[in-house]
Amino acid sequence: MAATATSVVVPATIDRKAVFQRYATYAILFGVVVWLGVNLIHAPAQFFSAGAEGLNNGMLYALIALGYTLVYGIIELINFAHGDLFMLGALFSGFLLTTVMGQTTSTLLGWVLLLVTLVATMAFCGGVNVTLEFVAYRRLRRAPKLAPLITAVGMSFILQFIGLKWNGSTPQQWPTILPEGSFGFGGFEVDYSLLAVVAVTVPVLLLLKWVVTSTRQGKAMRAVAQDQDAARLMGVNVNRTISFTFLIGGALAGTAGVMYQQVVGTTAYNLGYQMGLIAFTSAVLGGIGNISGAVLGGLLIGVIQGFNDGLPYGFHQKWSQTVVFTILILLMVFKPEGLLGRPTTEKV
Amino acid sequence: MSGANGVTETREPMLELDEIHVYYGNIAAVKGLSLTVYPGEIVTLIGSNGAGKSTTLRAISGLLPVRRGTVTFQGRKLNGVADHEVVRRGIAHSPEGRRIFPKMTVDENLDMGAFLRKDKEGIAEDREMILELFPRLRERISQKAGTMSGGEQQMLAVGRAMMARPQLLLLDEPSMGLAPVLVDVIFETIVRIREQGTTVLLVEQNALAALEVADRAYVLESGSLKLHGPADELAEDQEIVSAYLGG
Ligand SMILES: Nc1ncnc2c1ncn2[C@@H]1O[C@H](COP(=O)(O)OP(=O)(O)OP(=O)(O)O)[C@@H](O)[C@H]1O
Ligand SMILES: [Mg+2]
Repeated sequence: MAATATSVVVPATIDRKAVFQRYATYAILFGVVVWLGVNLIHAPAQFFSAGAEGLNNGMLYALIALGYTLVYGIIELINFAHGDLFMLGALFSGFLLTTVMGQTTSTLLGWVLLLVTLVATMAFCGGVNVTLEFVAYRRLRRAPKLAPLITAVGMSFILQFIGLKWNGSTPQQWPTILPEGSFGFGGFEVDYSLLAVVAVTVPVLLLLKWVVTSTRQGKAMRAVAQDQDAARLMGVNVNRTISFTFLIGGALAGTAGVMYQQVVGTTAYNLGYQMGLIAFTSAVLGGIGNISGAVLGGLLIGVIQGFNDGLPYGFHQKWSQTVVFTILILLMVFKPEGLLGRPTTEKV
Repeated sequence: MSGANGVTETREPMLELDEIHVYYGNIAAVKGLSLTVYPGEIVTLIGSNGAGKSTTLRAISGLLPVRRGTVTFQGRKLNGVADHEVVRRGIAHSPEGRRIFPKMTVDENLDMGAFLRKDKEGIAEDREMILELFPRLRERISQKAGTMSGGEQQMLAVGRAMMARPQLLLLDEPSMGLAPVLVDVIFETIVRIREQGTTVLLVEQNALAALEVADRAYVLESGSLKLHGPADELAEDQEIVSAYLGG
């Protein structure tokens, strides 16, 4: 009897909660649309330049967020050192391109060597990330979750210290190959930097998607993410697969590092802290462990930030972080698994 | 080593465990177990809960290290071989609790079973053969494995192990949680697998059914060998039946 009674009551409460969530989501979306609409009508030029700026940042967030999400997806570790790896990538890029190869302006040779720098930085950051896993995290794979987590925090400090010695304690200005300025496009101004970031990020993301869905290594990654022992029984080399995942995550952070160094032109030893935190937030927003989610989360946060900072009717830059984290908290309340995450944490 | 019940075996053993000890931390789960499997046999390993049956299979596939003793497979030493290399040597393991990849489809799971194989034609053949054995899997071929029923997942786990085209198949409680009709299907399948030339080492809760299909049996108690012999003789021994087989 009791069973029948509850079976009537339970669906009703679930329904009410779902309905409430749906209307709350609609209300928030409606508010956002109104806010954007008012700004678009009032200042269309500003609207598009703010959106483009946001997209630009969003792609960097996405690249870094992928490193968090890939590693979490495969060994359930939040790699706190990942933001600092991005910072080292930015330093390495400036160091290699300007200090070593002496490129300071936008010449043909400069562009070619920028491409060389991109590849070298991807390899450098990938290598550092693989090393971190090999010397530290691997040993702690069977330890309680807190041990690798604290180790990652420690690694973050070590990388920051290297950055401090390398970069100096004050921000460093670099000459860039990417030209400043913008070109007209259908009546709007588009920065060259956005073009360059799109030209690099989009192919890199497509390549990643292909690796994960269609290659043997990708298959091995998904198998390890779902069940390590079962993957071993299939003949998957789990250690190598985890190394490979760190390699990819590091290479993506390196890509973001080069882009940042070229677009912003300034590096600082604590660069990884804020960028890393926002990228991690993006990964959580999209559903940690989910690749498309990390990209979506990064772009979303970038664009929201861009609009908030650049629109005439907004909270402007000083509230930037507040707005981002308010959105995160709201989302976590209504959809704790993230935008694309499944209730049972979707992995790789 | 001599074969079952003093009958001298002239064949070369396929798998030989010699006094192996397997530990979880400091706790010994298998203590000095010796066991032999000959080519073409179905051998069953039975014993009560916690006796060390699954531990033995995990040690053979390299998921757990063998602390003392040796594992020999087809004349080559197997302990110390990396876990992911064991399947390349010809041993596939359908583990306890199925352990299918829940977010992959049935097809992708079968594909994972053939992860190390390069012979496209052979893989396609085996896939077809497995889908013949388990028509249910064919019906569910594009379904995410995690959303299937327990019985369907069990068939998938067995099928996935067979996709490696192993010489030796380790099955850990393949009839677990299945309806009686499906239990029969599984045991019939095991016999058919052997007819196709695959040797089987079978761990079972359902000891009476296991003894029916097996040639020989080993009875494990608290990590040590209690006795072994031809399966039909063990099945008739009243003492064994009441002590270990719940009869
Ligand atoms: N991961 C583990 N850590 C510590 N001890 C373990 C672990 N797995 C198994 N054991 C212990 O090792 C012993 C043997 O376990 P095992 O799983 O091999 O038993 P089994 O014979 O397969 O039993 P069942 O029929 O219940 O599956 C048990 O005492 C068990 O408690
Ligand atoms: Mg068991």
